[in-house]
Amino acid sequence: MLELRNVNSGYGSIQALHDISFTINQGEIVTLIGANGAGKSTTLMTLCGDISIISGQIVFENEDISSLKPHEIMRKGIAISPEGRRVFPKLTVEENLMLGAYFTPEQEAAEMFEKVLELFPRLKERISQQGGTLSGGEQQMLAIGRALMAKPKLLLLDEPSLGLAPLIINLIFEVLADIRDQGTTVFLVEQNAHKALALADRGYVLENGRIVKEGRGKDLSSDPAVKEAYLGGH
Amino acid sequence: MQLLEQILNGITLGSIYALIAIGYTMVYGVIGMINFAHGEVYMVGAFVGLIVMTILSSIGASLVPVYLIAMLLIAILVSSVLGWSIERVAYRPLRGKHRLIPLISAIGMSFFLQNFMQLSQGPRPFAVKQLIPGSFTVSESFSISYMQILIPVVTLVFMVLFTYFISKTKLGVACRATEQDRRMANLLGINTDTIISVIFVIGASLAAVAGVLVSLYYGTVRDTMGFIIGIKAFTAAVLGGIGSIPGAMLGGFVLGFTESFASAYIGGDYKDIVSFVLLLLILLVLPSGLLGKAEIEKV
Repeated sequence: MLELRNVNSGYGSIQALHDISFTINQGEIVTLIGANGAGKSTTLMTLCGDISIISGQIVFENEDISSLKPHEIMRKGIAISPEGRRVFPKLTVEENLMLGAYFTPEQEAAEMFEKVLELFPRLKERISQQGGTLSGGEQQMLAIGRALMAKPKLLLLDEPSLGLAPLIINLIFEVLADIRDQGTTVFLVEQNAHKALALADRGYVLENGRIVKEGRGKDLSSDPAVKEAYLGGH
Repeated sequence: MQLLEQILNGITLGSIYALIAIGYTMVYGVIGMINFAHGEVYMVGAFVGLIVMTILSSIGASLVPVYLIAMLLIAILVSSVLGWSIERVAYRPLRGKHRLIPLISAIGMSFFLQNFMQLSQGPRPFAVKQLIPGSFTVSESFSISYMQILIPVVTLVFMVLFTYFISKTKLGVACRATEQDRRMANLLGINTDTIISVIFVIGASLAAVAGVLVSLYYGTVRDTMGFIIGIKAFTAAVLGGIGSIPGAMLGGFVLGFTESFASAYIGGDYKDIVSFVLLLLILLVLPSGLLGKAEIEKV
């Protein structure tokens, strides 16, 4: 479904990603784990066209999207819940959600709206509140919900567990499993390697802008080096 | 009676400032720059209104609503194209550069437009004939001219249309989203360059409405008319909290009332001093303006 081939990218003259190659297949949850600053968010932003690539190729559904602008890429069936959630602070929860469905036909958008509120009942209680007044966990739900509103084929998530209480993290990961079961492909970038690998079908490990390891989620979580570096050594 | 008269003057003046201030505040909100050419868009709107009026009277049109609607619509149309072009030519190529650079470009654009008008139309005032002469006589010492009623009514119509657009329509929500977080709007598939163009077109349209109304009210237009009113409307936008749309409306009326009361009770020469002193005071006490956003970010 999505393939990155030898992608190099960076900010200005500083190269952040080196020769990144990976694939995501239809219906999978694939995770990218790595330490702070390893280049996880950069990978996502490169994929979305927000950071232009120096060399390499990004192919989505047999189409080269490497040189497209972000808004062109995001209309192809890709949606993101980005780093820092980026909820629109002065729009209501409802407006935030409906913006996610900006290019979805009205009927489908209305159906998705119901579905998202079912998935996150908390958002229903807050429906006419401004995004900026929500708690961190609620904003995360809103960011994921907004991405789902586009009915994406591929859902990108940047650290959905960051800064959240364990209960909320569990809830969000349950929802992710649901989303995958309903046919959406998920690419999950996480620092919380333990959770991410438990959920994911496959995973990649990113270190200093390079992919250093890949494998099935289970295999990676029992890999001694991964355990040592990302799972607290247990 | 003088009090009532000044209230009316305040409403009239405030309507004009509010209409222009919206353009300043929206452009600032979305690309963080002061569009110094905005006053010139207003001036061009006034000239277009006069040209339409001249054409209509030369073909013998006589109905007042025909004049009014044609002048407003054509001025809006021409100013929209102008506003759109200004952004394309003078600002978009500079996006992502240091903030001072588009600001200088804006000042250049303002000079260009003003000088263009001076060269093409002549450096002198042009008379605009009274569209709706006459007034209500309330009492012997107090009457309200029809224009004083027309201005707030037309302003109200456009404010209602604009408020509906920005708060209820899909495109309006996208405009606000782009103002709040342009990158995220882009990541939702929204072409934010188009949205920025839309914002310039809306600002220019409202400025054109103000231009037509002012030319009818004062009965004159000229090449330099955009400068001082541009500064005033900008003041109104800052007063209300730059970036805030309700703030621009409120700031416009606060400024309008201040000026009309200052000129009545202190003296016409002092009205500008009083307005700018008010601006200074508000900025000292409330640096972000009356309705400016005090940003709260949750982690």
